[in-house]
This record gives sequence, structure tokens and C-alpha cells, in this order.
Amino acid sequence: MNIDWNAFTPGSALAGGLLIGLASAWLILMNGRVAGISGILGGLLNNERGNRGWQFAFILGLLAGPGIWALFHALPAIEIRASYPVLIAAGLLVGIGTRYAAGCTSGHGVCGLSRLSPRSLAATMTFMFGGFATVYVVRHLLGA
Amino acid sequence: MNKATFSAFIAGLIFSFGLLLSGMANPEKVLGFLDLFGAWDPSLMLVMGGAIAVGLPAFALAKKRQAAVLGGPIQLPGKRALDKRLILGSLAFGIGWGLAGFCPGPGIVASGALEPGALVFAVAMIAGMLGFRLLERRAS
Repeated sequence: MNIDWNAFTPGSALAGGLLIGLASAWLILMNGRVAGISGILGGLLNNERGNRGWQFAFILGLLAGPGIWALFHALPAIEIRASYPVLIAAGLLVGIGTRYAAGCTSGHGVCGLSRLSPRSLAATMTFMFGGFATVYVVRHLLGA
Repeated sequence: MNKATFSAFIAGLIFSFGLLLSGMANPEKVLGFLDLFGAWDPSLMLVMGGAIAVGLPAFALAKKRQAAVLGGPIQLPGKRALDKRLILGSLAFGIGWGLAGFCPGPGIVASGALEPGALVFAVAMIAGMLGFRLLERRAS
């Protein structure tokens, strides 16, 4: 293993992680809801009565983040190298996969591991494996 | 807008700031973590570690409480089964994550920054979720 020390940003990664943890803690303690983003977006698409309000507000908060950030500070880089067809394939897989698994990086990865859920640990290990394997194939076998 | 709705907005906003600050709204940085056999960027591990460090005591407290601060029950997932849906779904998600470097949260945040590629990803993700709903309805 070969660590890219120039790319590694331990300070901002840890600080950002604490904020993500704070947001998840806030939503479970104040609203009694798990901050699982695929579940919230999926629930919103199901148009569940009684959940629409908070689900819509949470997604709106995610969307408003960059705009409010930009009022005070330059936005950090968002580099998207994937082509549109690849982004479409990736979006479809992420959409279907997270709904079947009932969770993504936030719901299983952050909240599930914080709850010490074995199901979420299995999900997190599986999607991490899927991500590592895919990048290995794309970058090192196909050389893209 | 009631208190609970405003509270959920604040939670989403803090989450969004966390993703931006940590660099996780940037797919290239996420792919740097997933490239275990190339020049590896371990940052994502610290993001998860930091989030779980706050999450652990919060969820321990949530399990003990009867109700949320703003009222209503605390709704924690009750499923325990490690089934095929969990594993195959997570595998499909992981492959999609590795292809573009986007998972749902960063895809939505980068869409909020009006990045065209993120909007394309987000529309496809929503289509995938609607596809799941269609398949579920047919099955039932």
C-alpha cells in the first residue's frame, strides 16, 4: 500500500466527519430519525404522508449547503472525471442498490456502525469491497 | 414550517457542510480512497471515524430515550437479517460508487453546487430508486 501524502487531508477530513456525526446525532435526537440519505430520498419519492415535510427539509438542507457556504468562503473543488454514460450507469446502480440494501454510506456506514448493527457492518464491508474492486478494475486492469 | 421540519433542514445543512469540508463532495477525492492499490488517500477513513465518534454516544442515548426532543417516537431500524437483498444491493451500490465516486449524499450536495455531472448522476439515481419501487410493486 502506497499512501498519497499530498492528497491526504487528515484535519479537514476529521473536522468534516465530526460535522457529519453532529448532523446525524441532531436528526436522531431532535427528530427521532436516522440520517440515511438513500432512505430519506427514497421515502420522499414514495410520497409517504407524515414524512414528506422533514424528508423534503433534510434534502433541501443538503442542496442549500453549497450556496450558503459560497456566501462566506470559496467552495472546495468538485472534480467529476466520469463521462455522462458512466455517471448514468453509476447513478442507476447506486439508486437501485441502496434501496435494496436499505441504506448507503450514511445510513449503514455512519448511523448503522454508530448503532453497532451487524447488518450495517455487513453492508458497509460489502459496498467498500464493491468500490475497491471496481476502482481496481477500472484504473489498474482497464487502465482508464 | 413547524419546528421538526426546520430541525431536519438544519441537520441536512450541517451534513452538507460536513461533506464539503471533508472533501467527500468531491468524487475525485473519494476515488482516491477507493484506489487502494494506487496512490491511496486515507482521508475517508478519518471522515467515517470522526462521524462515528459523535454518532456512538448519540445513538446510545437515543436507544435509552422514549421520545425525540421535538416529540414523536425515536425510530431506529429493527431489521436484523443478513439477507441476499442486503448483500447484493450493497454490492451493486459499491460498484456504482466505484464507477463515479458518488454516493447519495455527495451526489445531492454537488447537485446543489449545480455541477452538471452531479445533476446527471442524481437524475439517474432517482430513476434507479423509482425502478426499485416499480420492481417491488410488481413482486407484491
